[in-house]
Amino acid sequence: MTEATAPSREEVVLDRIEAFRRRRPRLLEENITSAHGAGGKASAALIDAVFLEAFRNDTLADMADGAVLDLPSGERLAFSTDSFVVKPLRFPGGSIGHLAVHGTVNDVAMMGARPTWMSAAFVIEEGFPVTELKAIVADMAEAAATSGVQVVTGDTKVVNKGAADGLYINTSAVGVVQSTGPNSPGLSPKRVRPGDKVLVSGTIGDHGVAVMLARGDLNLEADIKSDTAPLNGLVEALLTAAPNTRWLRDPTRGGVATVLNELARAAEVHVVLDEAMLPVRGPVNGACEILGIDPIYVANEGKLIAVVPPEEAEAALVAMRALPVGADAALIGEIREDPPGIVLINTGFGGNRIVDMLVGDPLPRIC
Amino acid sequence: MKFVDEYRDPAAARAAVAQIEALSDGQHLKFMEVCGGHTHTIYKHGIERVLPSNIELIHGPGCPVCVIPMGRVDDGIAVAETPGVIFTSFGDMMRVPGSNGSLLDAKARGADFRMVYSPLDALRIAKENPDRQVVFFAIGFETTAPSTAVTLQKAREAGIDNFSVFCNHVTIVPPLKAILESPDLRLDGFIGPGHVSTVIGNRPYRFVPAQYGKPLVTSGFEPLDILQGIVMLLRQIREGRCEVENQYTRAVRDEGNLRALRIMSEVFEVRPYFEWRGMGFISQSGLKLNEDFAPWDAELRFSVPGVRVADPKACQCGEVLKGVIKPWECKVFGTACTPETPIGTCMVSSEGACAAYYNYGRYNRSATIPVKSA
Repeated sequence: MTEATAPSREEVVLDRIEAFRRRRPRLLEENITSAHGAGGKASAALIDAVFLEAFRNDTLADMADGAVLDLPSGERLAFSTDSFVVKPLRFPGGSIGHLAVHGTVNDVAMMGARPTWMSAAFVIEEGFPVTELKAIVADMAEAAATSGVQVVTGDTKVVNKGAADGLYINTSAVGVVQSTGPNSPGLSPKRVRPGDKVLVSGTIGDHGVAVMLARGDLNLEADIKSDTAPLNGLVEALLTAAPNTRWLRDPTRGGVATVLNELARAAEVHVVLDEAMLPVRGPVNGACEILGIDPIYVANEGKLIAVVPPEEAEAALVAMRALPVGADAALIGEIREDPPGIVLINTGFGGNRIVDMLVGDPLPRIC
Repeated sequence: MKFVDEYRDPAAARAAVAQIEALSDGQHLKFMEVCGGHTHTIYKHGIERVLPSNIELIHGPGCPVCVIPMGRVDDGIAVAETPGVIFTSFGDMMRVPGSNGSLLDAKARGADFRMVYSPLDALRIAKENPDRQVVFFAIGFETTAPSTAVTLQKAREAGIDNFSVFCNHVTIVPPLKAILESPDLRLDGFIGPGHVSTVIGNRPYRFVPAQYGKPLVTSGFEPLDILQGIVMLLRQIREGRCEVENQYTRAVRDEGNLRALRIMSEVFEVRPYFEWRGMGFISQSGLKLNEDFAPWDAELRFSVPGVRVADPKACQCGEVLKGVIKPWECKVFGTACTPETPIGTCMVSSEGACAAYYNYGRYNRSATIPVKSA
């Protein structure tokens, strides 16, 4: 079949749309809406138009979850920050304290670094009970101990009643990048190649659904716990077993779908997933089905997505499954060449569909 | 997941597709799925990709958000921006553009807008905030109208008078008639709406075969339901029958849900006419609160502009809703009108044909190969 066929009218329209989508996102709104905080397209437009515009530099332009900085010693330092506004402050499986440590530890770990030092800043609303604050800080101390980080500096602000919803926490962490040998040229979307495999370290959607149900608005009850956990140990085991790992991300806000869309764009590759291979707990799947949410868009706080070369995929899975935090690790898809920038999923039913970035957030304030 | 996975079984799907191929025998046939829930399933599971190319699915008007005209959105926003009001609605409505932005924009400007999953949640908010006016933006066909009716009855029983409903409920039969009367559309049959039919039953559709000579099969919302609905339509055509059939027997009874119908009749009355997005005014197609419930009618309690706002010129939602054009054939599809910056309602709701096509189906190249395990 060498005969070239003219593209159909529909294909012409689709190509035009793809070209349109590759344009820089534009910030059109006059006011910030909740969509700007949802991690999807509106967030990208906001970051591009406001923050990147003002602070523009090469490190920031990578738009990773953290920065990798070259030290005079030749070592490289990973640096990341994150704020936590989860509501409610306590949910099955953890609290804002656990999240505040694990979230930032994981961002640093995803850059192949060993998180070591952390800052913690608190914005507290007038009237907040001290016993509750103590309990949350105790959770942070416990999480820091299990993650192997030390909280070495901090800040406290109190705002008027009504000016914050109880408690907000910001944490930052730094750590030295571990993979500096000649065999491990660092983790980057630029290293992702067609044929590489996409792995997830365990079941998806647990955190977002646990928090949503904990709010009690839905009158749904299910035995679902947040997966909040530090991933630095898992990353070290993975990088030892699969030293040519190309790229790592923790699929927090926006879920697996959002981080893979970011990868597809940044690496200019096509990502194909297999719906039947996605590990999702039964109760999570059931709750999502009732709420009309796809677990692939739901936040995780103790999972990572790894892209590894095909010959290291099996070793990577074995290494992850050997740890409790990676017990349900699974192969979920692979990288292809064409069409770039798009994530596609083969449905369990035998069809397929695009997995796009979300517009707006079905589950706001879950971290 | 039990009771769901059974209806998504790939082997059963292949068998159904083989039946569709045999029964249709290459004949080009167009079936309209009336309900937005079907449209969503079709795209989410990639059903068009497993169907033979001679079977064409046309997306119908049964998306509750899509049919709301701009003027009603403006009225809702005017109520939402009234001082002291807590305005509630299903999440789908948040992003629907009015002539001065959406409810989400109104929220950013300071309106107290809260997303609810049920009108009863809105009533609970009213109970918890006795010094505020709580308004529920009611939308939907006969599927959601009974829950609004029950909520209003509960509000009356409990004497909750800081609660009111901005009623935009519509009925399914009048737009079906409008589509069947439409000269620019040639259809071979209908996949009848499943959820609406759990309430109204199958009898109201008898005019479709009787007066217009088109078969209709009420179908469920899982992918196998839809494939089986198509098989049943094809069997009717092959056997020279033309009738209303029920694929969704596990949920739909011929007579419908009599209790829900009674409650609706106790609370609502039919409006003489109601405007539909892109389809104009359709007589006897909308519901309003009857005299008994007038004290809970937000349209009487608040002053709303009540102005008819013409659809943006570029928007072809009406033609999409009537199935005259495919979403991608609209002039602004995917460029000026996207889920981030929707011009038309069909691009907003997950049940809208444009949003479903844009989010799930915007990919028409060769079929993909399954991922092999490591």
